[in-house]
Amino acid sequence: MLLAPDLPGPLLKLLALFFWALAIATATAFIVHPIWLPENISLNGVDVDQQLNLTLCIAGAAFVIAHMLLGLFLWRFGGKQAGRALYWHESHRMETAWTVVTAVIFVGLGLQGSRVWAREYLTDPPANAMTIEVTGQQFAWNFRYPGPDGKFGRTRPDKVDDSEGNYIGLDDGDPAGTDDITTQNVIAIPVNRPIQLIIRSRDVLHSFFVPVLRFKQDAVPGMGIPVHFTATKTGEYEVACAELCGMQHYKMRARFLVMTDTDFNAWLKSRSQ
Amino acid sequence: MMNSGLASENWNGGGSPYAVGHKKLGMWLFLVSDSLTFGSLLISCMYARTASSNWPTPFPMWPSIAFASLMTFCLLTSSLTMAFAVAASKRGDRAAAVKFILLTILGGVAFLVLHAREWLHLIDEGVRPWSNPWGSPLFGASFFGLTGLHMFHVFSGVVYLGVIALGTRNGKRSHEDVEVCGLYWHFVDLVWMFIFPLIYLMSVSPK
Amino acid sequence: MSSHASTSHSTGHAAPQGFIRKYVFSTDHKVIGIQYIFLGLFSAILGTALSMMMRLRLAWPGSQFPLLEHIFPTGFPGGVMSPEFYLAVLTIHGTIMVFFLLTTVPLSGFGNYILPIQIGARDMAFPVLNMLSYWTTVVALMVLMASMFVEGGAPISGWTAYPPLSALGKIAGPGLGAGQTLWIASIAIFCLASLLTALNFITTTLNMRAAGMSLMRMPLTVWAWFTASTVALLAFPVLLGGGILLLLDRLAGTSFFLASGMVVSGKVMTNSGGSPILWQHLFWFFGHPEVYIIILPGMGITSHIISTFSRKPIFAYKAMVAAIFAIGFIGFIVWGHHMFASGMSPLVGMVFSVLTLTVGVPSAIKVFNWLATLWGGHIRCTASMLYALGFVSFFVTGGVTGLLLAQPAIDVYFHDTYFVVAHFHIIMGLAAVFSIFAALHFWFPKMFGRYMSETLGKVHFWITITGVYSIFIPMHFLGMAGAPRRYAQFTEFAYLSKLQPLTIHISWAAFVVGAAQLILLFNIFRSMRWGKRAPDNAWEATTLEWVIPSPPPHDNFGDMEPVVYRGPYEFSVPGAKADFILQTEQEVEGGE
Ligand code: HEA
Ligand code: HEA
Ligand code: CUA
Ligand SMILES: [Cu+2]
Repeated sequence: MLLAPDLPGPLLKLLALFFWALAIATATAFIVHPIWLPENISLNGVDVDQQLNLTLCIAGAAFVIAHMLLGLFLWRFGGKQAGRALYWHESHRMETAWTVVTAVIFVGLGLQGSRVWAREYLTDPPANAMTIEVTGQQFAWNFRYPGPDGKFGRTRPDKVDDSEGNYIGLDDGDPAGTDDITTQNVIAIPVNRPIQLIIRSRDVLHSFFVPVLRFKQDAVPGMGIPVHFTATKTGEYEVACAELCGMQHYKMRARFLVMTDTDFNAWLKSRSQ
Repeated sequence: MMNSGLASENWNGGGSPYAVGHKKLGMWLFLVSDSLTFGSLLISCMYARTASSNWPTPFPMWPSIAFASLMTFCLLTSSLTMAFAVAASKRGDRAAAVKFILLTILGGVAFLVLHAREWLHLIDEGVRPWSNPWGSPLFGASFFGLTGLHMFHVFSGVVYLGVIALGTRNGKRSHEDVEVCGLYWHFVDLVWMFIFPLIYLMSVSPK
Repeated sequence: MSSHASTSHSTGHAAPQGFIRKYVFSTDHKVIGIQYIFLGLFSAILGTALSMMMRLRLAWPGSQFPLLEHIFPTGFPGGVMSPEFYLAVLTIHGTIMVFFLLTTVPLSGFGNYILPIQIGARDMAFPVLNMLSYWTTVVALMVLMASMFVEGGAPISGWTAYPPLSALGKIAGPGLGAGQTLWIASIAIFCLASLLTALNFITTTLNMRAAGMSLMRMPLTVWAWFTASTVALLAFPVLLGGGILLLLDRLAGTSFFLASGMVVSGKVMTNSGGSPILWQHLFWFFGHPEVYIIILPGMGITSHIISTFSRKPIFAYKAMVAAIFAIGFIGFIVWGHHMFASGMSPLVGMVFSVLTLTVGVPSAIKVFNWLATLWGGHIRCTASMLYALGFVSFFVTGGVTGLLLAQPAIDVYFHDTYFVVAHFHIIMGLAAVFSIFAALHFWFPKMFGRYMSETLGKVHFWITITGVYSIFIPMHFLGMAGAPRRYAQFTEFAYLSKLQPLTIHISWAAFVVGAAQLILLFNIFRSMRWGKRAPDNAWEATTLEWVIPSPPPHDNFGDMEPVVYRGPYEFSVPGAKADFILQTEQEVEGGE
């Protein structure tokens, strides 16, 4: 009987215990979650978190059930010797059942998630949204407010001059640009007001990632990609770069300030000199 | 070898279940794969074209399109002679097969020579992979990229044909080899039938 | 390979003589298979060593490692690993693991050795092409290694090589000069080798089956290799095309992937008209199918081994074949799920999302069928079986996180964070690597005529499975907290600094796992010489490779013309003499 006699069954029981312990420990870690997403401060983020939790529950259930069954079968049938194993080829009823059930759950999840996505990305920003332009560069974030005239001035690549602080190449020949306010590595926004960002890059790919807002958007040279959101809580947060952009990718940080309207106006004013 | 335990609809091993030999099947698979390589390049070039507002249309009917049509004619004719070569080799007429393969090579070489002239002509006019006098620099990039890869295929095909012609003459190559080589050659021809309209005909100058 | 040389005359497949023809430029699929496996082993050692270096820097970013400075004087100036060197290590780690370990070993390695035997063939359809493909792969690996040592530094743009970073050249920073060019060249060469191998596998499977080996009697391993090859045949050329364009951008000054108006390092670029997103489409059109090229052979191997050691027919053979096909097919239309945050149209993202979730269905079916195969079995506890069970566990754990990533609303949070890193290490790094371990222990007796040590195998199994789970389950929490990947350190951000203790824990676990791989190495080399001798049918299994001697003679079947009478997993047939019936056995006592 070749190797069969000295194949220890107990080891399979141990593996069963391992799978059960893994399932329980992991599930516990996700339920207790000493580390979790940072708090959400975005209006849309509420839906995102809800969908995330729903999906986590379903994924977690699949994970736990699968490991429980795996352990159970190993425990029961591991190292069994007497008689013959079951000669069992298929069962159409069972196969149809689990195929249909999984298909319904998975596709259902997809449709549900798509609704959240559509609400966030397939809608236009509200008419009163304030527009701010974001431009990534190696390795800093530039922000631009249109100023009192509400219009952004023209930019030209050949006007870019880092030593003069013209990081985005603002063209001084365009009157619309004279009142534009630019900042580097700090962005402030008023709380509870819809904001639209136009995300650009002047060199390679970057990705504008604000964990508390629950989204990130790649900055692509040659494109201005719009995203909109509403922040609901004041405070100071961080913007990270989430797309590999070179050696200092890990340092590409900006401060993200959410302020009351009055604070914001004062801040903007202090910047416009 | 047929055994009682073997249901008759079961496959009996050996040769080729789908009546294609290894070499032919292998070549077909290669061509499927290769068409995807060309496909990715063609799609990229079309993507660049639709994304550019200033895609140039520099080819006048005369002489550019006429010249390219002549090249197309060479290639088409060589496909025809290749078909004759395959037919001849099927009849077992090795001498005729070799003759037609040589004619095919001639067509291929003529295409290459004309194409090289076309390249030189465009380079002379100032077309570079990174710029051209008329508009989007990707025009030159697409042109050289696509036709370059295609020329490389034609060139390899000419060498391949040469090997097959030699082998057929001294009886070392079978009919299948000729047929498989023919598949490759027709494919190269077919690819040109995509490149010609996409690169040339879609860029005919309006004047 | 000598003891059975005597049986291999008569059929015209005379074994080649001389060391070079026999072991170096051999056209024997078995030798080539073993060559691929050792190439993969070498790559795995390198890739693992690199991952340990990454863990060093991530846990202790500012610390000095004078020893490493000796080995990499430019990478560790003053003994501290520089951030660009971190990125270079990351790039080579990812590339080596994905291409040179997981594409070569499960498919080209074990597929080469086992597939022809399992269908009753004496070799591949194109033995010379097979040899050329192998040596082309070696060239690709050498070019990749060279990229680490050229002027200007090793490539740093990750295994996905997104332009513009990868297309701009030296001007965009260190590591983007000649090293990056060689990286692309290496991948292009690898594509060529892989698609030729795929072509060979498909032709062999279609044309060279023995009498009676109808499609529905093929072992699931053969189905998996066949499907993975088909996917490879259609996916690699697209990467090849993309690679050609990227090389043109770098070397010929074209702008396929470069937009207008870029200012890089203070210099206004003259490029115009191209799109960086185009590369992402080309890369992921290949890249997603690629992950199935990696996992499908693992699924085949797992099915095969679970059935064998449960002493039961695989549950729902037909559904398994259908699922393999469905995964391979749907895999081609989901690539956009890597690009939810790329600037692609949100509507398109929605379509990709639903398609991606659909591909989970055949995957789940496979899991159900594996479980059903275990039910009522006589499960034998071999090291090989343990690894196969580990595969199932990893596949589930890594697969269910795919459900989160597949939804754009959630993925725009998780994209490019450690949550993704955890996802793909578990489902790709570990599931597929465990299928290699399983396959190695399973077929080693066939390849070398000797068993691997079961005890060492089990010790290695236990340390590795506990270790990797303690690396990668915590890693999900880094992603939850929003830690971006490809960061050389987490100390620059307030919200990331507090993750440092967890990072250190992960590193320690990684070192333990890394060290445990030495057990495997020792086991492999020890067993080749001193392992317990194995009989022809080492595991009382049913498929054709167990009919012939171990190791098999040069032409596999010698004087025998294999004829197949039944399906591949006839275990525990009621009334039969033994609890397994070989595919070549004609008479069945009792009956089915
Ligand atoms: C072998 C490799 C492999 C495999 C098989 C998969 C499988 C899947 N992957 Fe993964 N993936 C990668 C390798 C792989 N992936 C890699 C390498 C990356 C990152 C690339 C990079 O950016 O560098 C990635 C990234 C990645 C992303 C992009 C994330 C991002 O960058 O933002 C997404 C998004 O949708 C995704 C989804 C999926 C899905 C839905 C599956 C599905 O196929 C999973 C299907 C499986 C299941 C759904 C489990 C089934 C089991 C059950 C459900 C158990 C039920 C049983 C009981 C209840 C008894 N993957
Ligand atoms: C096969 C795939 C694979 C494997 C096995 C691993 C194994 C490991 N990887 Fe890796 N990894 C990747 C593929 C893989 N990785 C990829 C694609 C990336 C992304 C790169 C990018 O961003 O561009 C990445 C990135 C990556 C990061 C992210 C860095 C970052 O984003 O900043 C980290 C960080 O900890 C990491 C760590 C590890 C560790 C600790 C292991 C340990 O588990 C190592 C322990 C090793 C093993 C368990 C395997 C041993 C295998 C053998 C010994 C095989 C034997 C072979 C034969 C018998 C033939 N990897
Ligand atoms: Cu900018 Cu990463
Ligand atoms: Cu994918």
